Amino acid sequence: MKKEKPAKKKVYKLKKNGINPQHFEVGQLKFYAILIPICAFMALPIIIIFMNAFKPLDELFAYPPRFYVRNPTWDSFRALFAISSTSNIPASRYLFNSIISSVATVVCTLVISTSAGYVLSKKRFRARPALMEINNLALMFCSVAVAIPRYFVISYLGLLDNFWSNVIPLLATPVGVFLVKQFIDGLPDALIEAAVIDGANDYQILLKIIMPLVKPALSTLTIMTFQSAWGSEVASTNYINNESLKTFAFYLHTLSASGTVSGQGVAAAATLILFVPNLIIFIFMQSKVMSTMAHSGIK
Amino acid sequence: MSTKVKKPFKNPLTHHSTPFLLAPYAALFILFILIPVIAAVVLSLFYFNTIQTPKFVGLENYLNLFTNDEVFMQHVVPNTITYAVWVGLIGYVAAFLLAWMLSQVTKLPRTIMALTIYAPSMTGGVLLSTVWKVVFNGDQSGYLNAALLRFNIIEEPVVWLSSSEYLLTIMIIVAMWSSMGIGFLSMLSGIMNVNEELYEAAYIDGIKNRFQEIIYVTIPSSKPQMLFGAVMAIVNTFQSAGVGVALSGSNPTPGYAGQLIVTHIDDYGFIRYEMGYAAAVSVVLLVGIWILTKGANLVLGSKDE
Repeated sequence: MKKEKPAKKKVYKLKKNGINPQHFEVGQLKFYAILIPICAFMALPIIIIFMNAFKPLDELFAYPPRFYVRNPTWDSFRALFAISSTSNIPASRYLFNSIISSVATVVCTLVISTSAGYVLSKKRFRARPALMEINNLALMFCSVAVAIPRYFVISYLGLLDNFWSNVIPLLATPVGVFLVKQFIDGLPDALIEAAVIDGANDYQILLKIIMPLVKPALSTLTIMTFQSAWGSEVASTNYINNESLKTFAFYLHTLSASGTVSGQGVAAAATLILFVPNLIIFIFMQSKVMSTMAHSGIK
Repeated sequence: MSTKVKKPFKNPLTHHSTPFLLAPYAALFILFILIPVIAAVVLSLFYFNTIQTPKFVGLENYLNLFTNDEVFMQHVVPNTITYAVWVGLIGYVAAFLLAWMLSQVTKLPRTIMALTIYAPSMTGGVLLSTVWKVVFNGDQSGYLNAALLRFNIIEEPVVWLSSSEYLLTIMIIVAMWSSMGIGFLSMLSGIMNVNEELYEAAYIDGIKNRFQEIIYVTIPSSKPQMLFGAVMAIVNTFQSAGVGVALSGSNPTPGYAGQLIVTHIDDYGFIRYEMGYAAAVSVVLLVGIWILTKGANLVLGSKDE
């Protein structure tokens, strides 16, 4: 027994040195020494925006610019919703458009991607390997490269100056389908076989078995799509002329283009409104995202 | 009903629910990915200024692009290569190293730091430029100018964003700052999920330090996630390339300093309305991305593909 002990201890020590340590050790300090400055650099611009959004006018004009806010106010936010854009559309209208289009994008993406992911993962049909290959190829699809042909497609579909052009182009997400499909791959076939024997059809299987079990993947998809829809101004810039159908991100763009100092506070407030929902959703779903990412590898 | 019970699983699966469930995604995929890509290829063979009917010109657009377009060869290509090496390649390596370092600390600080590093990637598009414009503001109220003035490093405020001297550097900093996105999370998760026994086995087999640990255990075991991360890094590099226009507020960027291939497409497509030519640039970009992804596949892909 005494001979066993040191060996066991050694293995334990190796484990402690490896990934995911359970306790703090002096040896970890070197990682902190690199990571903390990097984190500071990453966080700094975001903190500046937070500060600017709550600065009263005199602090925004202050020279030299002060990092901290002394007397935080909601003035910039009030100003943001009080001013109207050049065509008399209030900021709340843009915000409303963004909320509706983002929610619609998220809901539609979840339904469409899960259906496609389920079929591509669990069904056996001849075209499946080819379809997966095409989708994997499309992971590298870069929408900005084909902005012009996309414009023609939108125009051909009659979606120019239509609110839904904020939503529909965003629904084609190869990355989303890929992530959901990878996650469904991890579910045992026996589960579906059992449901089939119990008389469930595909739609029931999808709704009652697949959807609940792939919740982590759906959370990840929610975050990804929400972020892209919430910050999207492509449609507002390229496809929509009617000011009352444009999104908040587009409005922020026009605000920040003006570039005055008092505009800076308002732009910072608008930036916060666009940033904070992303952050909150991510914090809430963070652990689920990580468990989806474990399946994200391309083999 | 009377057939053998051998494969009860197969029957409902071969029904028409498969095409029905796949149809919405397939339709969207065809409309917004497949057709635009094909249209770009076809359009690139035409002269089309959106007013006259398109005129077939064969490969003339490509010829002009590579032989006559001074801006493309002198500014766009070198800028794009510099930008891609920094944001794509070095950004990717940095993302891996950050993920690895994060995996070496305990859970709570790891979660907080991972969130901090990931947070900038949530500021895509317009947010990115509004955040950084405050820092790089051209007058003395900009944070960088104020800081440099205070420490007497500069004497006059520098007009960072409209100077052709600094624009590309700033674009690279900003884009790298926001590049730790989903690929970074994927790699972090890949590294976290490496079987710990592999490390133990590797130490028994004689590896000695952390560096060897990374080379012989971590990278081979997390290759699939690293490949996903690489593809995301490549896409993100080109997807974020509009940042120069957003920061400087003009396309073309001052002195073409921040002109990248994506901004070149916008310049010809949406400003000069030379759609055929812009499409040719798009095709060059798509082929470039495809080659880079193939390269990543060669390095990181599994061999039995």
